[in-house]
Amino acid sequence: MVLPAPSAARPRARLATALRAFPVLLSALSVLLVSLLVSACGGGALAGPAGGERTTVTVLAASSLTDVLTEAGGVYEEEHPDVRLRFSFAGSQELAAQVRQGMPADLIVTADTVTMDALRDVTGPATVVAHNRLAIATAPGNPLGVDSLDDLARADVKVVLADSEVPAGRYGQSLLERRGVTVRPVSREPSVRAVLSKVELGEADAGLVYVTDAAAAGDAVHTVPLPDERGAAVRYPAAPLRDAPHPEEAEDVIAWLGSEPARRILRDAGFSLP
Amino acid sequence: MTPAPGGVPGRADRHHRRRTRPPAALALPAVLAAVFLAVPLAGVLAHTPWPDLAGQLSSPAVAQALGLSLLVSGWALLVSLAVGVPLAWLLARVDFPGKALVRALVLLPMVLPPTVAGTALLRGFGRNGLLGGPLEALGVTLPFSTAGAVVAAVFVAMPFLVISLEGALNGIHPRYEEAAATMGATLPQTLRYVTLPMVMPSLASGAALCWARALGEFGATITFAGNLPGVTQTLPLQVYLLLQRDPSAATSVSLLLLVVAAAVLVALRGRWLGHAR
Repeated sequence: MVLPAPSAARPRARLATALRAFPVLLSALSVLLVSLLVSACGGGALAGPAGGERTTVTVLAASSLTDVLTEAGGVYEEEHPDVRLRFSFAGSQELAAQVRQGMPADLIVTADTVTMDALRDVTGPATVVAHNRLAIATAPGNPLGVDSLDDLARADVKVVLADSEVPAGRYGQSLLERRGVTVRPVSREPSVRAVLSKVELGEADAGLVYVTDAAAAGDAVHTVPLPDERGAAVRYPAAPLRDAPHPEEAEDVIAWLGSEPARRILRDAGFSLP
Repeated sequence: MTPAPGGVPGRADRHHRRRTRPPAALALPAVLAAVFLAVPLAGVLAHTPWPDLAGQLSSPAVAQALGLSLLVSGWALLVSLAVGVPLAWLLARVDFPGKALVRALVLLPMVLPPTVAGTALLRGFGRNGLLGGPLEALGVTLPFSTAGAVVAAVFVAMPFLVISLEGALNGIHPRYEEAAATMGATLPQTLRYVTLPMVMPSLASGAALCWARALGEFGATITFAGNLPGVTQTLPLQVYLLLQRDPSAATSVSLLLLVVAAAVLVALRGRWLGHAR
C-alpha cells in the first residue's frame, strides 16, 4: 500500500536548465509583455477595433443603472456613429473613490446627490437625469408574505440591505429610521445589485432594492412596492469630470440623457423623470 | 508552488548559481519584475498616515474585524489540518483510482478566481445549493454566518497546506515507515512518531501559508458569506469598504495585513526565502 516516491526535484531541475538555455527568448518575451502592457495602459489600444475615427467616452455609472444605460448607450451610439460609449458600473461610492484616485473618465452618474456633492471640486455642474424609488424584493410568489417595511423586522425573515456606504443603503436606512422599523440584516452588500442577486439566489428572503432593479429581474423576484413618501426620492445626478479627456462629448451625453429618446428608455425601465 | 521537498538535491547547485554573473538579458527583466512587485508595497508605506495609525487601528470597528479575522482564519486552519493532513498523506502514499482527479480538485481553488469560488460555494452549500436542503434539515445555514466565512476560507486556503505537505511526504523515502512497520508499529504510531516529525517543517510552513491565505480571503467571503460587521466582515472586506469612505484608514488596515503577511514569510525564511537573510 505504501510506495510511490517520485522525486519532485527532477522536473524543477529540468525547468531550470530550460530557462538557463533560453535567456534571449526569455528577455524577448518580457520586452513583448512590457510593450503590450504599456500600449494597453496608453488607452489607444482599448479604443476598439472600429478604428481611430471614433471617440471613446468613458461613463462611470451607479450599478442600478446597469441595464438602462447599456440600452440607452446603444441608442446614443446609433445616433452618434463617431462616438463609442464605454461604461463602468459600480456602487456610487466606489466610483467616487475611483474618480478621486484619478481614474481617467469623462462623466459620472451617481445614485445620490450626497456622493456627487462630495466630488464637487473634481466635476462640472451636475444635472439630475432620473428619479427612482425603493421597493422590497422577495422570492417569487412571496412565500413568507412580506407585505410592508414592518415585515422586514420579523425574526423569520432573512433580510439583506445595501451597505450604508452606497446610496441604496443610505436611502434604505433613512427610510427605515423614519418609519421606526429596526431591521437586523444578515448582510450589508457592497452594491444594490448584490442585494438583488442574494434574493434571486434564494439566500435571502427579502432585500431593499430600487423598483427598477426589481423590474429588471423580471419573474426571478416578487416586488413589494412601498407607498410614496415625500423627500424619499432617489436622484441620479450626472456631471462631467473636470479632467475629462473628452469634455464636449461628456456634456453632449448628459444633455442627451434629458432628450425624448433617453427619457422613453428610462421611463420604460421604471425610472421616473425630473 | 511545490516547496523543495527536503531541499537537499538542489542546494549545492544553488550556491554555484549565486556566484554566476547574470547576463544583462536576464538581469533587466528580473529587476523590472522586482520593482514591479515593490512599487505597490512602497505606495502603502508612503501613504500610511503614521500619526493617526495607532488611532485608526485601535478603532472599535477595526478591532472587531481583526478579532473576527483571527477567529475565522484560526478555525479555517484547524479544519484544514483536520482533513487536509490525511488527504495529503493519502495523495502521497496510496494509489487509488481517480487520484489525478482528486489532486486536480485540490489544486483548482488555488487558481480559481475567488468570486467564482464564492459562486460555486453558494451553488453547493447555499440555501438552494446542492447540500442546502440537508444542511438546513440539520439546522445549519452557512451563507451570512461566521461558519460560512470559515467554509469560504477553508475552500481557498486548504490547498496550500495539502500541496506543501504532499510534496514533503513525497520527498521522504517510504523505507522509514516500512522500517517502523517491521518493528511492530501500527500505522497511527508510524505517523505519529516517524512520518509527522520528518515532515514537521513542511507541515508548519504549509500551515502558515494556509493561515495567511485564509486571513486574506476576500472574494469568496463577500460572495458566499456576505458582509456584516462582527459576523462575516473580516479585515479584507473592511479594507474594501473603507477605501470608499476613508482611504487613509484603508491604507492603515492594509499596512496591518501587510505586516502580518511579511511576518509569516519571515517565520518561514528558512524554507521560502532561501539562505539569503
